[in-house]
Amino acid sequence: MIKDITLGQFFPGDSLLHRLDPRMKILLSVVFIVAVFLAKSAASYGLLVVFVAVLAAVSQIPLKTILRGMKPILLIVVFTAVINLFWTKGERLLVDFYFIHIYQESILRMVYMVIRIVSLLVGTSILLTYTTSPIMLTDGIEPLLSPLKRIGVPVHEFAMMMTIALRFIPTLVEETDKIMNAQKARGADFAGGSLTDRAKALIPVFIPLFVSAFRRADDLATAMECRCYRGGEGRTKMTELRFHKEDFLFALCVIAFGALLVLTNILLPFGAI
Amino acid sequence: MKTPFIKCENLSFSYTNDDRSVEVLRDIDLQIDKGSFVAILGHNGSGKSTLAKLFNLILTPASGRLWIDGIEVTSEQFTEEDVLAIRRKIGMVFQNPDNQLVATVVEEDIAFGPENLGVEPGEIRKRVDEALETVGMTAFKKHSPHQLSGGQKQRIAIAGVIAMLPDCIVFDESTAMLDPIGRDDVMRTIRKLNEEKGITVIHITHNMNEAVLADRVVVIDDGVIALDGTPRQVFTQVEKLRSVGLDVPQVTELFYELKNDGLPLPNGVLDECEGADAFEALLKGGR
Repeated sequence: MIKDITLGQFFPGDSLLHRLDPRMKILLSVVFIVAVFLAKSAASYGLLVVFVAVLAAVSQIPLKTILRGMKPILLIVVFTAVINLFWTKGERLLVDFYFIHIYQESILRMVYMVIRIVSLLVGTSILLTYTTSPIMLTDGIEPLLSPLKRIGVPVHEFAMMMTIALRFIPTLVEETDKIMNAQKARGADFAGGSLTDRAKALIPVFIPLFVSAFRRADDLATAMECRCYRGGEGRTKMTELRFHKEDFLFALCVIAFGALLVLTNILLPFGAI
Repeated sequence: MKTPFIKCENLSFSYTNDDRSVEVLRDIDLQIDKGSFVAILGHNGSGKSTLAKLFNLILTPASGRLWIDGIEVTSEQFTEEDVLAIRRKIGMVFQNPDNQLVATVVEEDIAFGPENLGVEPGEIRKRVDEALETVGMTAFKKHSPHQLSGGQKQRIAIAGVIAMLPDCIVFDESTAMLDPIGRDDVMRTIRKLNEEKGITVIHITHNMNEAVLADRVVVIDDGVIALDGTPRQVFTQVEKLRSVGLDVPQVTELFYELKNDGLPLPNGVLDECEGADAFEALLKGGR
């Protein structure tokens, strides 16, 4: 069971979004985030909701999975909604009950904020985490950040670290499991006691784990050296990322969406705050 | 006339720890021929792994001279650039299969070496497919390393080395952590590389049955070469092997003891079939 852990929220599939170039997806996520913050009027927020819904449909990710992924931000959404509802001021007072004043604008603002947060999260996770495997993401980040090499940022090393981390997570999880079992066999108790007791019980797990991780790192470094590794300089890649027609088509769609959103802001300003 | 692939003269190495220096290898004179299959035996701490690391230039010898493929790596003119050329020629497979795989996908890992060398993407693809074929792991190319068994991981590590087209592969106790099935798979792969591809194999081990498969066995004890010869020559010297803390294969030991008890049996029997034949001859002769 411990061997089947999935990293992040990646949902394997073969939709158009899964096939897109990771570099394009990262860039388009940035475009999408900017677009979300540009929305002003009721019509543009409506457009945003439609766009996210279309993304979800294209990605073929079950609605259940998406909803489950929103659980962690539920509290933030509720908190934002409450703050916006009770603590913003407007012109048309709807409810006036002791210290509670709710304005029409507050309701509108609350709805907008909820749409903004939810579509921001759902949109970017569909574009990136759900449809792109962590290793693809790493492959995409390296070329995108490569201009930073000129100012001395170790971009290749960063990507290599990510790859190795991803490679060793299952190995170390397995090892943790083994060490915990070994300590249990010697009478360690991980489940009982107060919170501090339980935290203390983990020390005999972490120390061997760290020692072994360092040993592994040393072995791996030697092995990499033996395989002629010497950093990113002069290195080639077996599978080079290439942009395809669908990448550009999709980029066009996202940019068109952004433009349309700005246009609706101007042409249909109803409900703008 | 065989050409030496590795040649060393008076090679010494010592580890310096704080102010104490421990001599691990002393005046090693050794010549390993191109295309040969050499097993290096020795108990723990005998210096056999250190020798392998010297061949791969992971460690630098304290004194003595070392030639690899005709190039003297201990000379003054030897530069950092040349190190890469040597490492490409001598691949190395280590003991722990987990700690030598870099990528999260099998085929990406095999591509790691050629990628480092700056090989063209199309050519890397070809080499990766060939290497997978050679070790018989083509079906697993899209798997993640942690889904594989120890023996399978070790074969992937071997494939990663083959993809760099080396002339020689050093196996540093590569079978020590494997189960018997994984061990057999790896040994079969090693033999195949030696016989079909002509790759020079240096197999460091303390498993006697694996050493029997080699053309030549070198026994290292306490930093010096104690015995050197064909498996038959080496394993006939049971007393000497015991004195350096090593065993002989079970069959060899059985025949040695029986011979000591006065039975007319040949010395230096290396495998079970040979032993059975010898018994047959003895029994028929006795009748």
